[in-house]
Amino acid sequence: MSQKKNFTKGFLKENPVFVLLLGLCPALGVTTSAFNGLGMGLATTFVLVMSNIVVSLVKSSIPDKVRIPSFIVIIASFVTIVELTMQGYLPDLYEQLGLFIPLIVVNCLVLGRAEAFASKNTLKSSIIDGLGMGLGFAMALTILGGVRELLGNGAIFGWKFIEGDGILVFILSPGAFIVFGYLVALLNKINKTT
Amino acid sequence: MAKKESTFINMVLTLLIITGLSSLALSGVFELTKGPIAKARQEKKERAIKAVLPEFDTMLLKMVMPETGKDSLEFIAAYEDSLWVGTAISTYTYKGYSGLIKLMVGLLPDGCIERIAVLEQKETPGLGTKIADEKFKHQFIGKDPSKYILKVKKDGGDFDAITAATISSRAYCEAVQRAYDAFKRDGGNK
Repeated sequence: MSQKKNFTKGFLKENPVFVLLLGLCPALGVTTSAFNGLGMGLATTFVLVMSNIVVSLVKSSIPDKVRIPSFIVIIASFVTIVELTMQGYLPDLYEQLGLFIPLIVVNCLVLGRAEAFASKNTLKSSIIDGLGMGLGFAMALTILGGVRELLGNGAIFGWKFIEGDGILVFILSPGAFIVFGYLVALLNKINKTT
Repeated sequence: MAKKESTFINMVLTLLIITGLSSLALSGVFELTKGPIAKARQEKKERAIKAVLPEFDTMLLKMVMPETGKDSLEFIAAYEDSLWVGTAISTYTYKGYSGLIKLMVGLLPDGCIERIAVLEQKETPGLGTKIADEKFKHQFIGKDPSKYILKVKKDGGDFDAITAATISSRAYCEAVQRAYDAFKRDGGNK
């Protein structure tokens, strides 16, 4: 697989949220606004790239039987670094995302890429894979959050352009599933035709 | 490099090294971010105090135990040219839709509400979070809680609840009432 293909697969062909259906808990939980989706997506991208780098570097010195606990410790360390840094330098965003930041540890996407890709590929491919997958995840969350914010609040990125209250259900969890379903269908359609 | 065998000693050593390195890295990051985190919290609080009170130059802090609720409230009495201009009270309620809501209530010496700021909340985004919007908060400005009933209209009070967020609005009123009761009993500037 060429590196370009390796990078772009995360956006459409193997989009983690809409095609692989990984990491849905944060994808549905935090996407009440486009900004939250983007923040969560970028935080996950950072963890994904860093853990891919480390896993790919140490892959041959980790015995097979303890690889999952080792990967989890590596991932958890990076998540904690993100959490502390965000708390110190981006307190507003941290407040919004709150509980979901520690939950990146158990995001199947991160462990999935470590196990399925980084532990079998070179450092360079692993970085590109983490970057592509992470940005694909961020893109999916931003779109999901944007659609929900637009329908539920009449705004995008907090910039209100439709007056009055939106359709409340889209802000609540059921709305996340509704929007999510339509977006999965849409992306399947796009992937089929291209 | 060949894959390491999964022998007992190899597994123990690998896990030991990985956890050791990660604790080392984390303690480093913790030390680095400790300052900024404390600073961010402090700044947020100071911003809230300034937002709910008239101009002041010095402030005095003390803890007051309210009649209801289990935690004490923080009273910040503010003075301009050693004249008491008002007290900011950090108050709370556990009756929010997702539990804790923390407010900073600014009260003038005569007991009127100057302004209110939301410190912490976990309400439903787009619904309960509107307690921080001007439209809702505006109702409380300049009101004397001894002449108004600090409840939503549905409960026989004087304040409009937010559409689809009655529980959050109710909790908000309760927190303000708690601050006012403690203020009345305590006097606010002693």
